[in-house]
This record gives sequence, structure tokens and C-alpha cells, in this order.
Amino acid sequence: MIVEIGHFALILALVVAFAQGTVPLIGAHRGDALWMAAARPAALTQAVLVAMAFGALMHAYVTSDFSVLNVINNSHSTKPLIYKISGVWGNHEGSMLLWVLILAVFGAAVAVFGRHLPPGLSARALSVQALIAFGFLLFILFTSNPFERVALAPADGRDLNPLLQDPGLAFHPPFLYLGYVGFSVAFSFAIAALLEGRVDAAWARWVRPWTLAAWTFLTAGIGLGSWWAYYELGWGGWWYWDPVENASFMPWLAGTALLHSAVVVEKRDTLKGWTIFLAIVAFSLSLLGTFLVRSGVLTSVHAFAVDPARGVFILVLLLVAIGGSFALFAWRGPALMPGGLFRPVSREGALLLNNLLLATATAVILLGTLYPLFIDAVGGAKVSVGPPFFDSVFVPLMVPLVAALAVGPLLPWKRGDLAGALGRLKLAFVLAAAAVVGIWFVFDRGSVLAVLGLGLAAWLAVGVVVEIAGRIHLLGIAPVASLRRLLGLPRAAWGMTLAHFGLAVLVAGVTASSAWKVEKIQTMRPGDTVEVAGYTYRFEGARDVQGPNYAATRGRFTVTRDGEPFVVLEPEKRLYPVQQMPTTEAAIRSTFLGDLYAVIGDAEGNEGGFVTRLYFNPLVPWIWAGILLMVAGGVASLSDRRHRVGAPGRRPLTTEAASAKA
Amino acid sequence: MKPKRRRLTFVLIGMGLLGAAAALVLAAFRDSIVFFYSPTEILAKALPAEQRIRVGGLVEEGSLEKVAGGTVRFKITDLAETIPVTYTGILPDLFREGQGVVAQGRFQEGVLKADEVLAKHDENYMPPEVADALKKSGQWEHMKDAMEGAGQIPKGAAK
Repeated sequence: MIVEIGHFALILALVVAFAQGTVPLIGAHRGDALWMAAARPAALTQAVLVAMAFGALMHAYVTSDFSVLNVINNSHSTKPLIYKISGVWGNHEGSMLLWVLILAVFGAAVAVFGRHLPPGLSARALSVQALIAFGFLLFILFTSNPFERVALAPADGRDLNPLLQDPGLAFHPPFLYLGYVGFSVAFSFAIAALLEGRVDAAWARWVRPWTLAAWTFLTAGIGLGSWWAYYELGWGGWWYWDPVENASFMPWLAGTALLHSAVVVEKRDTLKGWTIFLAIVAFSLSLLGTFLVRSGVLTSVHAFAVDPARGVFILVLLLVAIGGSFALFAWRGPALMPGGLFRPVSREGALLLNNLLLATATAVILLGTLYPLFIDAVGGAKVSVGPPFFDSVFVPLMVPLVAALAVGPLLPWKRGDLAGALGRLKLAFVLAAAAVVGIWFVFDRGSVLAVLGLGLAAWLAVGVVVEIAGRIHLLGIAPVASLRRLLGLPRAAWGMTLAHFGLAVLVAGVTASSAWKVEKIQTMRPGDTVEVAGYTYRFEGARDVQGPNYAATRGRFTVTRDGEPFVVLEPEKRLYPVQQMPTTEAAIRSTFLGDLYAVIGDAEGNEGGFVTRLYFNPLVPWIWAGILLMVAGGVASLSDRRHRVGAPGRRPLTTEAASAKA
Repeated sequence: MKPKRRRLTFVLIGMGLLGAAAALVLAAFRDSIVFFYSPTEILAKALPAEQRIRVGGLVEEGSLEKVAGGTVRFKITDLAETIPVTYTGILPDLFREGQGVVAQGRFQEGVLKADEVLAKHDENYMPPEVADALKKSGQWEHMKDAMEGAGQIPKGAAK
């Protein structure tokens, strides 16, 4: 019964979305206040209905209702509760339902927090939001119904793919979707602004918090996915330039650019057309990512099902949404009034450089990701574009970005003084150079590029500190007064500092982990020892253990350093009997300078020998720390009074903006 | 600077970046694109020994043997031709005889020296490249029936 209610609620949501997508739009066109007012209650109703549908599906999973096809295929009665819940989105149908749920919740949030928005803009934005929801609800109801019943319920289900039974992955999709779908708000506002023919500082003020929220969620989602790949796949790597990773990375890059260009629109009322363009691009890339990942055109753990009807449907949806919005942009974009002028060397100029580099990086990744699909589609050879391509195009674009990032925040708006800014960064330059020299002598087998990469990270980190020290007049005034200034800084300033510092930490982690990774693969019998990066691993043997829904072989390594016991590592190789699928559970011990990482493979020989894979991954914990700092920066900025999502009216904001500039 | 000159500066910087990006992409494409072949195609073509390639097919039944030091040998077949492969490292969890696999490496002296072996990610899935290789070798039809019977690929997924 509950399942049928869920299905029915979803159909009602489709009807409501259609009404919400048309009535307020027509109302806004005609200036009819009553029709426009329909948008808000409709958005709330739609969110409630989709939430009911989602709740019904979750109920079926938690109670192991095996009369529902989706539950049979992706759940099992012995599965721990958390994976019964995450199983709801661990499959195609449920994940699309989650997508629409998040879309509807964002729409409802705009309706609730956007009470003070101009009625026309709010009505149009909510309508666009509903049109997206309408397309996806159609897709779910016609090609991917999660509520399908079977006539004869089996005794038990087929279980969730064991690779997905993991705490990191349980929360990776919701965060990723909050990011993907969060860009829909910026997109809807961009389309609404194009329809209105008006973009100003107030518009940017409304859009920024939503973009920031989406960006923060997406950063966390990508981080979780990468962390999962690192410890679950057992290959010691954390990023493979896999097309599905690129699919989430491209909206992130475009979203990062949007975040920065929206600042320029807000503060200086310029770059408006470009910002609208980026808002459309960021969400289009989110849609493209959904298509690539869900349509089965790519080989990956995410391709749940290979159903051509679904792929074609998403492709059509993609063409309508992306094609339509770009056509609208081409038609209405030129009418946007250009704003204030600025010199190339200025804060605006620096943000524009950031945008150009990020946009170029997005474009080359898009090219590398789609090229094999394109060649295949035109009947050419089958090719694959792997990490060497992405490394060699992405890194050269990021180096100037990181180098300029230390300088940009030191430049004033409108016209800047490059020599003055560089003068303030003398200390950063000296420390970065010292870091380069120091690291060069510590790692005698260092590669030049990697050492320079660490120097770049040091340059950025010190540059960020110099910037905040300048804000609080450190050393210029009494320390107490400096401290008071520090505590009085707006949270948005803290947000920027944290995020930029996080990037510096991330760059250091990425560089070191790819340059100085140590990998040893061998067969070990009990009692054998292997030395990896100064740590001695002694293999003590392996034994069989029984988990809640799997059986495992658990190896045991005692690790010593300079003869002193350091840690015991127990990697596992698990077999999930329901799906007859093995998984690898790496054992990891993090230290400040890197991770000790051990994997056990198959048994070999008759004397208790096993293939083992031992790694030392330098500075990998810094990658996670950097991502956490960036997320913390996003959260800090969001908590800033001026970035509240419930922005007040147009007039008070512009006066406040004027006073903030002073 | 006049507004026009300023805009020109930005346009020139943008063009310069695009040009640099295009050069990067072209250089990287030339060095790092990896072509995919089926065993039949490899034997039909004379490939330069230094070229990195991908080979896909099924792991031949009974061909997997372990050599000392974590090195394995196995054979990839498209049911028409067979290619021997050597690989050092831990095989993917889902690597099994009789199932689809993609190996990447260099084809030298009649042996593929693989540095990467990819198996399917879950029970219901076969890498599309492998399916294509089997289609080309004309073996797809009866593979498909056998695999659908064994529940290895979803019914109706194969065309």
C-alpha cells in the first residue's frame, strides 16, 4: 500500500511540476500577480509529494519488501541497516528519485527563503526549476519506475553491489547530487534573468549563496568519492581521470569559476553575460554528468543498467535543456547592459584570469572525456584517453592559476598595482624558494617538477597568510588590536582564506603523492619481511573471519620502524556470497607525512603465502585535509550575514553594497 | 587605456590561452591516446612494439597461471584468436577465467606485457569493448545465449 502511495505521489508531483512550470511563467510574462503567486505553493507541494515518494521507497527498503522489483535487485535481508538505506540510491531508479527529491527541495527552499525576491524573477526561476523537475519526473515514471511490483515475491533479495556497501560511498551520492542539483538554482535564476532582460548586483547577491552551497556540497561529494576509491579499490590511488570522475569534476570547475565571476557582478556590476553563461554551463555539465554516468555509455561502477531507452531519453532531455538555454542566451544575452570598466591588473582582472583558466581546463577535460565517445559514435576506432592526457593538459593550466591566486586577493578593485602586490609577497617568495631548496635536499631522488609543485603550494599558503595579515594590520598596530580585527573579520573573508589555504594543502598533497609514491608487490609467506619507505612490514599470516554478510581472509602485518613496533595492519579480502563478489579492504595507517597502505591478494603456494601489495603514499592525508578546509571555507562563507540565502529586497542591498565597498 | 584597447587586451589574453590549450591538447593527444584492439585485429596488424594498446576479450578457460613474484600469465580470446598476456600485480577482484577483461600495455614478441588489467565492475556487466570484440569475431550470438542463461548479462541488453 505504501509503495502505491509513493507511486501515486510521484505522478501527482509530475502534474504539479507541469502547472508550476507553466502558470507562473505565463503570469510573469503578462504581469499577472495571481498567476505568478502560484509558483511558491506549487514548489512546496511538489517537494512534499516527491518526499512522500522517496519516503515510500525508503520504507520498502528498510522493511525489505521483496514484492518491489527495485528492492529485490538491490537489497538483502541480512544487509546492515545503513546499507539498506543507502541502497535506496545505490541503483539507477532510486538515484534518479533522489536527484528529483533534491531538485524539489532546492525549489522549495527558493520559495521559502526568496519571499523578498521581485515577484517576476521569483516566479520565473521557480518555473524553470519546475520544468527541469518535469523532465526528470517524466523520465522516472516512463523509463525507470522504482515502484514496480513483481507478482511473486522471492524469499530474499539479490543484495547491493558489495563495492557500494561502504560508509564513504553511502553518503557520496547525496552530497554529489546536492552539488549537481544545487547548480540548478543558479541556472534557473540565470534563465529568469535572461527572460527579464536584467542582471544587476542584487541578482548576483541572490545567486551567490546558492552557488556557494552547491559548490560546497559538490566539493564534499567529490572528496568522499575520491576517498572511497582510495581505500576501497585497493590500488593506492585516489584519482584516475576516469570519465565518471571527470563528469563530477567538470561542473566543479565551472562552478568554481561561477562562484568567482558572481563576485565581480555583485561588487562591480560587470562580466554579467559571462556569469550567466557560466551558470548555464555549470548546470549543463551537471546534466551531462548525469547522462554520462547513468546512460551506460561508460564502463564504470556507476553504470547501473545498460538500457538504450533511458540513454536516449536523457539525451533528448539534455538537448532540450542545454540547447534551449543556450539559444535563449544567444537571443537575450547581448541585451544585458555592460557594466563598469577595469584595468587588466585589478581584482576584476585577476578574477577574470581565474575564470579563463578554469573555463579552459573545463573545456580540455570535456574534450578528453567525450573524444572516445565521439570517435566511437562516428564509427572510428575504439580509443581510450587516459591519465597521461589529462595530466599533461590540466597541470600546465593549474600552475598559473595557483601562482596568480596568491596575488589576486592583494589587488584592489578597478585598478591594481602589480609591483606593490608582489612586494608584499616577498616573504612568500623567499619561503617558497626555501621550501624548494629544503625539499630538494631531503628527497634526494626528487623530480624537479614535483619539487617546484611543492614550492608553488608553499607560495600560495604563505600568500594567503600575507593577505589576511594585511587585513588585520599585523605588526603594524598593537597585537591586541590586530587580534580584535581578526575576530571581527567577516565570515566571508574567513571562507576565502580557508578555501584558498585548503587549495594550497591539496596541491602539496597531490604533488607529493603522485611524485614520491612507493609501491612494492610480492609474494610473502608468514615470517617474511619487506621494507617500504623506512617501515619494515612483517607478514604474520592470514586467517578466515566471518562478517555480517560476507566471509573474509584477513592478513596481518606487524610494522616496525627502526626496530620499534609501529602499527599492526590487517587488510582483508572479502567475499560477498549473495552476489559471489570479492572486494578488497585495504589497511591504512595515516601519519602526518603519508599513509602506510597494505593490501592482501590471492593465496599462492602451499605454505600460507599470499600476494601482497604494500605502499607508502606521501602526503595523501593532506589531500583530504585540503578538501576539508575548502568545504569549511564554503560553510564559513555561507554563514556570513551578507550571504544569507534569505536575501532581503533589492534596494537595501545595493546601498549596503555601496557602503561595503568603502 | 581606452575601453576599446582594454577589451582588446582581454580578448588577446583569452585567445592566447585558447591557443596554448589547443597546443597542449594536440601534443597530449598524439602521445597518450590508446587504441583498442581485439585479438584478431592484433594478429592481423603489425603494431609497433612501443605503442601502448588495449586488448579486450574473454580470459581463456584454464589459461591462468601464476609465476613467482606476483606475476601472472593468462590468455585473452575473442573465441577466434588468442593473445598471451603477462602482468605483474594484483588482478582486479572480479578477474576470472571465462569472463570479460580489458588489458592495457605493449604488444612485444607475440606477448602483451600488461601494466593495467580491468575487469568488469559487477556481476551483471561486461565491458562494452569486449562485447564489441566478440561481435566482430562473430562469436557474440552464442556467447550471449550462454551468458544470459547464466545471468551474467541482463536479458535484452545485448543486441
